[in-house]
Parts: sequence; structure tokens; C-alpha cells
Amino acid sequence: MSDPRHNSTELPSKPPIWNDPKYRALFFQAILIAGLAFFGYTIIQNTLSNMEARGISTGFAFMSEKSGFDILQSLIPFDSDSTYGKTFIVGILNTLLVTGLGIIFATILGFIIGIARLSNNWLISRLAAVYIETFRNIPLLIQLFFWYFVVLKSLPQVRNSISFFDSVFLSNRGLYIPSPIFENGFIYTGIAILAGIIGSLILKKWARKRQEKTGQTFPVFLSSLGLIILLPIIVLFLSGNPLSWEIPKLGRFNIQGGASLIPELFALLLGLSIYTAAFIAEIVRSGITAVSHGQTEAALSVGLTPAQTLRLVVIPQALRVIIPPLTSQYLNLFKNSSLATAIGYPDLVAVFMGTTLNQTGQAVEIIAMTMAVYLTVSLLISMFMNWYNAKMSLVER
Amino acid sequence: MRKSVLLGLATAAIFSSSVQADTLEDVKKAGVLKCGVSTGLGGFSAADDKGNWKGLDVDVCRAVAAAVLGDASKVKYNPLTAKERFTALQSGEIDMLSRNTTWTLTRDASLGLNFAGVNYYDGQGFMVTKALGVDSALKLDGAAVCIQAGTTTELNLADYFKANNMKYKAITFDTSDQTIKGFESGRCDMLTSDQSQLYSLRIKLAKPDSAIVLPEVISKEPLGPVVRQGDDKWFNIVKWSLNAMINAEEMGVTSKNVDEMKTSKDPAIGRLMGGQGEKLGLDDSWSYNIIKQVGNYGESFERNVGTGSPLKISRGLNALWSKGGIMYAPPIR
Ligand SMILES: N[C@@H](CCC(=O)N[C@@H](CS)C(=O)NCC(=O)O)C(=O)O
Repeated sequence: MSDPRHNSTELPSKPPIWNDPKYRALFFQAILIAGLAFFGYTIIQNTLSNMEARGISTGFAFMSEKSGFDILQSLIPFDSDSTYGKTFIVGILNTLLVTGLGIIFATILGFIIGIARLSNNWLISRLAAVYIETFRNIPLLIQLFFWYFVVLKSLPQVRNSISFFDSVFLSNRGLYIPSPIFENGFIYTGIAILAGIIGSLILKKWARKRQEKTGQTFPVFLSSLGLIILLPIIVLFLSGNPLSWEIPKLGRFNIQGGASLIPELFALLLGLSIYTAAFIAEIVRSGITAVSHGQTEAALSVGLTPAQTLRLVVIPQALRVIIPPLTSQYLNLFKNSSLATAIGYPDLVAVFMGTTLNQTGQAVEIIAMTMAVYLTVSLLISMFMNWYNAKMSLVER
Repeated sequence: MRKSVLLGLATAAIFSSSVQADTLEDVKKAGVLKCGVSTGLGGFSAADDKGNWKGLDVDVCRAVAAAVLGDASKVKYNPLTAKERFTALQSGEIDMLSRNTTWTLTRDASLGLNFAGVNYYDGQGFMVTKALGVDSALKLDGAAVCIQAGTTTELNLADYFKANNMKYKAITFDTSDQTIKGFESGRCDMLTSDQSQLYSLRIKLAKPDSAIVLPEVISKEPLGPVVRQGDDKWFNIVKWSLNAMINAEEMGVTSKNVDEMKTSKDPAIGRLMGGQGEKLGLDDSWSYNIIKQVGNYGESFERNVGTGSPLKISRGLNALWSKGGIMYAPPIR
């Protein structure tokens, strides 16, 4: 740079296009993509024509055929007259249900155990350590069988169901609770719930502003609770209680009516949450230890309580370390939910890649569709977590 | 297991450009027959404590091995769940499937498979605990039912309850072991499956006497061996190996008297004993080997599921047509 001669000389003449590294790179990349596309095309063509020649049906016509079987748990109306296409939806929803609930429980449990692991209380921290080492070192499939067995064996047989007020029943057929039947005027209560939620969001903003200005805190949590729960209840009664309940009752064999939580879902949730929580606990622990101790000391010395220090100072900073590895735990939980089929929970793999595949024999289509679902949902989870990560990351002021 | 099946399917679908399969050649070259069986269903296909496979379905595998390789023991058994079986056959993981598989139109016409006959006429039934105090399936409205995934059972069950205007909850498991455990733990009021299988599942219960099989039979379940479509030579071999066993019973040829029968004056027996192998592309001793090493159909039945076995199933529909049943094989000529 300091050499004046170098500065004054003209740029070296442009190399011919086949020697220009930029074009050359582009060229090779184009060849690679074309090659891959051709490879993919050949595979698909070959597969189709081979299957055709072997007399195996191909295509997606089966999706609109009648399924002819029933599914244990469905979030949308489904019976044996529904199509194979609908089994796909039922499977996806059941997978999403157990994944969503699993993520919530695993996160809560993981945070509790992770924080307990750092507790100054010897017993608590040891117990947390034992939990972590036990559950993350036993294969999940074995844990699932274990929980399923525990659930089935420890709960009473249907005819000896534990019942609460003759409207909630617990047995090894599951937990049966009254299910709500919404009548005409219920819409007002619905509006009240929505209003309550919006109201508390506004309240939260206002309280924050006020605190920044005056330093006074406001009991946001309690008042939000009042808005979201009390308000709708008042509206419900004012509008003449347009809500009734279908009460489950003990039939000849089984409990009939009401809503139910089947033991398969319960065992799967238990297994997935407990297993994943062990990993999350370690992530939380390392996240918290990554926040320098000076932060805690500073917070304590300005008069925050230890609980406030954890909630307001340590966790927000630790989250930045926690979120990226947490994302992969969520993805693992989602993918592990496909073990459901082992204990009879009707998830996507059990219903669609299991029964539907077997009844139609269209393995290639069905497996491709199932993979596409797992891929899409995984990407969505990652995208959401990346967004959340960006939101939580350090904002320079 | 399942992964390898899928992988097999994928590679087979992608890379085998020729579909002119010659399973006979492949089996001869390998010196062993790859036969798909169940994961363990006493009487039909189950491994004993020494790892030897035994059963009515296993005997079909052994018969084909005897016919093709001259040695009934040259079989590699591949235990498959109901869900895995067709993929395993389509992908070439196995040379034939002999696993209590029901012959239906959809399976025959859209899976690229061919059914090579029927070796057991069955029908779907129900098993309940005695304590339930039920004597007919029509009293099962609202029951929880344990079944195995990927079976005709799932479909018949839905049909039957719908036709009789009853409700039920189906808990679907992958393997028969899980299904029976679900039933035993009280998760279900009943277990449904082909009736023959109910008997063999019942002996797996800790207390077999605590369960009863209801009298209703709600479907037709002709069970038989299956091969891939598009290899007629192999299809014929499997078909006629089974037919040879049934014809042998009809003619009174058994594993014990087969050597004497070789010199029989009866022309039909003479044809059974020799002269037909070449048409099938086999050694002329193919049928002799089957009968000598495996026995005729009746022997196989008695030994595996009949009075000589823990299952004690009577011949019923599976008796020869000449003895009041419907077991009937086309003539060997
Ligand atoms: N025949 C029926 C049912 C066959 C079937 O798989 N039955 C179960 C009874 S629970 C079985 O044999 N399972 C043994 C196994 O999975 O190894 C069909 O072909 O779909």
C-alpha cells in the first residue's frame, strides 16, 4: 500500500472470461445445479416407471378414497367414512398437539430443574443432577414403554374408576372430564375474553411506562388475571349462562361422553417432556453460569431480591445463550414424537405412514408427504425461535 | 428394521432398471430362501427357544426351499410386523411372504403382488375377558378394542360396528406383543384379530383361562403365501409347492410312506412323485423333497395348529373338500 509505484500503475488487464474466477465459479455452480436437477429427475422418473412396471399403484388419487378405519383420537370430526386425505390431517394435528404440549411442559420442567441444579441447597442441586443424569441416559423409547406401563398399571380399571363429583373420571382408559357445549349467546363471553386479553396487554404497556417515569410498580399480573378471567365470567352470567356441559358417565364397559385425555397421549407427553427437560435443564444451567457473577452482585447491591435478580437480570441475559440450543431441543422433541406409534398414540407416523400406507400400499408418496411435513414444521420452529432470539438479543442503546 | 425396509424400497425402486426379475435364479444362487414371517405367532410362525422357526406358515417356506434347493432347512426367516410385510416383499428384501396374510382385491391388484393360494381359511373374531360377562359381540357397544396396525382387522372392525350401529374405540399397536399387553393391562375390553390368531395370542396371556373367544366370525380371511407380481415362474413354484402338500394329503402320501409311494401303481400318485419338475423349472424330486422333509398339508396342520399342538384347532373349513372342508388344490397333471 505504501509503495507509490503500485498505486500509480493501471489495474491489471481483465483476464479472459474463462479465467475470471467469478465467472468460473458461477459456471461450475450452474453445472452442479443442473447435474443435481437431472439426477433428481431421473430418480423420480425411474421410480415411477419401475413401480408402474411392477403393478404398484402410483399417484395421489388415494387421498380422496374412503379410509374405512377409525382413529382413537382426532381433533377434527373423523370416522371410517372419511378419506385417506383426512387421515393425513388428523395425524398432523395429533403430532402437533403432543409436540406443542410437550414443548410447554419440557420448557417449564427444564427451567425448574436447571435452576434447581444451581441451587445453594446441596440436596436440591443433587436431586436435580440425579434427574438429569438418569433421564438423558436412558433411550427414550424405553422410557415411553415404561411410562405407558406405569400409567396403565397404576390407574384403576374402568369399573373402579376414581370419580370426582360423578363428573370427572380417572381410570386406565384415560381422564374423562365434562366437555363444554357452547350455545347461542356464548359469543359475548368470547368477546369478553378477547377484550380481557387486549386490555391486559395495554395495561402492561401503561404500567411499564409509569414505572419508567415514576419508579412505582403496578400489580399487572393480578389485574390481568382479573380482566381475563373475572370479566368473561361476569359477562357469561349476564348473558344468561349460554354454556352447558356434557358430563361423562360410566357406561356398560367404558366411560361415555365428555372430553377425554387418553392414556397414550398422557404417557407420550410424560415421556417426551421428562426426557427433553433433562437436556433443557443442562442448557439452562450453562446459560445461567455464562452470565457473569458481577451482574448478580450488582443487582443484589442495588436492592433487588434474589428472585427479582434471577427474573429481571440473570434470565434475560442467560436467554441469549439458552435460545439457540433450546431450538434444537424443541426440534428433537418434535421429531421424537414419532415414537408415538410404539405405544398406540395416533400421530402422523402411526396413522398415515402406518395404517394408511399399509392399506393403500403407496409407500413412496406417503413417505414423501410425511417427510415434507416434518421438514416444514421443523423449519417453522427454527424460524420462530430465530425470530425470538433476535428479539431477545442485546439491544444497544 | 423398518428403516432398512424403506431404504431397500428406495434403492430397489431407483436403481433396478430391469423388472425382468428371476427370483428362482436369485434363490438358487444365494442357496437360501428369504421368507417373510410374523414376529411370533405360535402355530403359524414362531421361533422356539433354540431359534428354530416352526408353524403352518413356516412350513410353506420350508416346502418352497425343499422344492427349489432340495433342503427344507435352507430358509432365512425375516420376522415382519403387519405394517412392514408388503414393503419388504415389494423391495426384494424377501423372496416370498408367508405370514397369515389375507388375500384381498386391493392387495392383489394395487400392491404389485400375487397371492399364491390359501393355506388357511380364517375369519375375524373377538376375544374378551371372562370377567366382562359378555357372550356375544353384539353386546360390545362402547367397548375399547386392541388391534394391530396395517391389518384387514382394522377395516373389518370399523365395518362391523358401523353395520350394527355400535360405537367403539380402537387402540392400534404395531406388534402383536404390544397388542396382547394392551389387552392384558385392561386398556381394552377386547382384542380382535383372525380367529386362529386369537387362540395363539391367548396362550401368551399370563392366565389364558381368563379370556374367551366369542362365537361371532365377522369376515372372510383366506390366508396365503404372497410373491411379487411380474415373475410368473416363481409364482408358479410357490403356488404348486403348496398345492403339492394339499394333493399329497388327498392321496394319502405322507412323510412316512413317501418312499413306498414312489413305486405306487396309481398314476395320479405317480405324477405327484415325478415327471412334473421340469415344467416348473425345478428338479424332478421337488415334490418328493417337500413331502419327505415337510410332510403333507394334513401333517403340517396337525403338528402346528391341530390336535398335536397347544392350539388344538379343529380342521373345520380347512379340512379337505372330500372331508367336509373347502381345502381344494387343482390336480397335478
Ligand atoms: N390376516 C390379517 C391380519 C394379520 C395379522 O397381522 N394379524 C396379527 C394378529 S394380532 C398378527 O399376526 N401379528 C403377528 C405379528 O405382528 O408378528 C391381514 O392380513 O391383515
